[in-house]
Amino acid sequence: MSEHVDLGRRKLLTATTAATGAIGAGLAVSPFLASWKPSARAKALGAPVEIDISRMDVGSMIKVEWRGKPVWVVRRTPEMVSGLGTHDPLLLDPASDGSKQPEFAKNPARAQKPEYFVVLGVCTHLGCAPISKFAVGEVEAGWPGGFYCPCHGSKFDLSGRVYKGVPAPKNLEVPPYAFVGDGKIVVGAEGAQAA
Amino acid sequence: MASTEPNNAAQKGGLSGWINARFPLDKMMREHVTEYYAPKNFNVWYYFGALALFVLVLQLVTGIFLTMNYKPSATEAFGAVEYIMRDVEWGWLIRYLHSTGASAFFIVVYLHMFRALMYGSYKAPRELLWLLGMGIYLVLMAEAFMGYLLPWGNMSFWGAQVIVSLFGTIPVVGDGLVEWIRGDYYISDITLNRFFALHVVALPFVLVGLVVAHLLALHEVGSNNPDGVEIKKTKGPDGKPLDGIAFHPYYTVKDLFGLGVFLTLFSAIVFFKPDGWGLFLEAPNFEPANPMQTPAHIAPVWYFTPFYAILRAVPSFFGTQIWGVLAMFGAIVMLALMPWLDKSPVKSIRYRGPISKLALGIFVVTFVMLGYLGLKPSTGIYPLLARVFTVIYFAYFLLMPWWSRIDSTKPVPERVTYDAH
Repeated sequence: MSEHVDLGRRKLLTATTAATGAIGAGLAVSPFLASWKPSARAKALGAPVEIDISRMDVGSMIKVEWRGKPVWVVRRTPEMVSGLGTHDPLLLDPASDGSKQPEFAKNPARAQKPEYFVVLGVCTHLGCAPISKFAVGEVEAGWPGGFYCPCHGSKFDLSGRVYKGVPAPKNLEVPPYAFVGDGKIVVGAEGAQAA
Repeated sequence: MASTEPNNAAQKGGLSGWINARFPLDKMMREHVTEYYAPKNFNVWYYFGALALFVLVLQLVTGIFLTMNYKPSATEAFGAVEYIMRDVEWGWLIRYLHSTGASAFFIVVYLHMFRALMYGSYKAPRELLWLLGMGIYLVLMAEAFMGYLLPWGNMSFWGAQVIVSLFGTIPVVGDGLVEWIRGDYYISDITLNRFFALHVVALPFVLVGLVVAHLLALHEVGSNNPDGVEIKKTKGPDGKPLDGIAFHPYYTVKDLFGLGVFLTLFSAIVFFKPDGWGLFLEAPNFEPANPMQTPAHIAPVWYFTPFYAILRAVPSFFGTQIWGVLAMFGAIVMLALMPWLDKSPVKSIRYRGPISKLALGIFVVTFVMLGYLGLKPSTGIYPLLARVFTVIYFAYFLLMPWWSRIDSTKPVPERVTYDAH
């Protein structure tokens, strides 16, 4: 064996070996990281749900579970709907520009049909479940009716629009939904997908 | 020093000789126990490191026994804890030791950290020792958080919901990240199962590894002391520090006394007040997790509340809540930066001027007040107070390079101050 050592060659081989090994290690890690994503079963259980609204009284609210989250359906009274435009200065995002909802619900009623308000009962602050406070003046003087989060005091109006000066940064999220058949709503899918 | 002595163990006969020819048992005992020289002027504040080690072992042992009857599934977890409490022989004791142990862990760790703040134990050459300790503190918080989900009570569920949602505030990747952490569209059976794996297998390994590194770093640089004097600077003719005494038997005996006092108080809680006045075990956790019903008032367990108060104190700007999250993690980062923020030429509070003493006092009051406010609803005067104390908390750290430099100092003695008893 020769005494000569080609250090340049040795460094190059070390570097390329290390780089190849690092790529291999990175690829070997990816199945473990991917195993944390929702499984096929979790995805199947997260499929759209059907809600029967045919027997809802005017002014009532029902709660349904979809993907472990409460979905609220409120059958608003005409007074509730007509009152929605009267307190815009108190709201952080009255036009729902920075909030999450299907395109058809980007309006003051935040609904496809103003009578039926469908929304996720999950506070946009840290995911608590707000409480319905529909009566006028129920939370504070001048309260027009809406939702109040007991965790950190966020306030929302009757179309889930957040008030100014509370911790929640956005309006309540309206999930994708569609009216199907007679008196039914499908939550979790929009338009043709829901049929 | 121990390591430089000739190792003649191999010449010894018997079992001890046989082992020492194959494993450095005597050498390790000398280096870390019988010939580890610690300053002789330790006071009561030097109990908490050893106590933290004891509580770690307690948590590992009680935790292993709890897993023998616990079931990490959303349908069975709550019932399994009831079963442990009612039907398993001594199950209630094992569980209360574990749940009280969690709070005890944080009590001794907070006192241990306060000791370091008082005597400047984070300053050179102990910066890495301090960072390893901060690592232990972070892993401990993750461990406690994930452990709190396992009983699958309603506060378990909603606490996890709130904390996991924090990652959702990160722009762009937030929503996907939260889904990845939960493995589902909400905190579900899948989340519970993986938190169990992390709490019981992964994080304890990391924790024990960090504790070993913390101790090795401590024994490399040597312990600080209430005078902040480096005892290694003054050695006798035998090469041993003149102000040092062997860890064993001197400090093992002292720590055993401290352990006795600790166990007296600990047992009083375990046997007479295991819910810790609603602070160690919260009332909503006595009913099963219900994704449709938030508890009337969500508060984390007491050891998280100072940071929770900071989280809530920061309002949302530009349509995102991330500022509060950044402030909360920033509050912990501030602590980790202590070795570089403190510009004082002396270590111990004993030889510092009035500004340092006042600042440390204000910091302690601030930390306790934030802890209190984190337990309270954010209504009335509380949010304003939380904001004031959040500002003071950060001011303590961010202004430290300035106030620690201008503060007066007293001359530090060459040797530790010590009265023979």
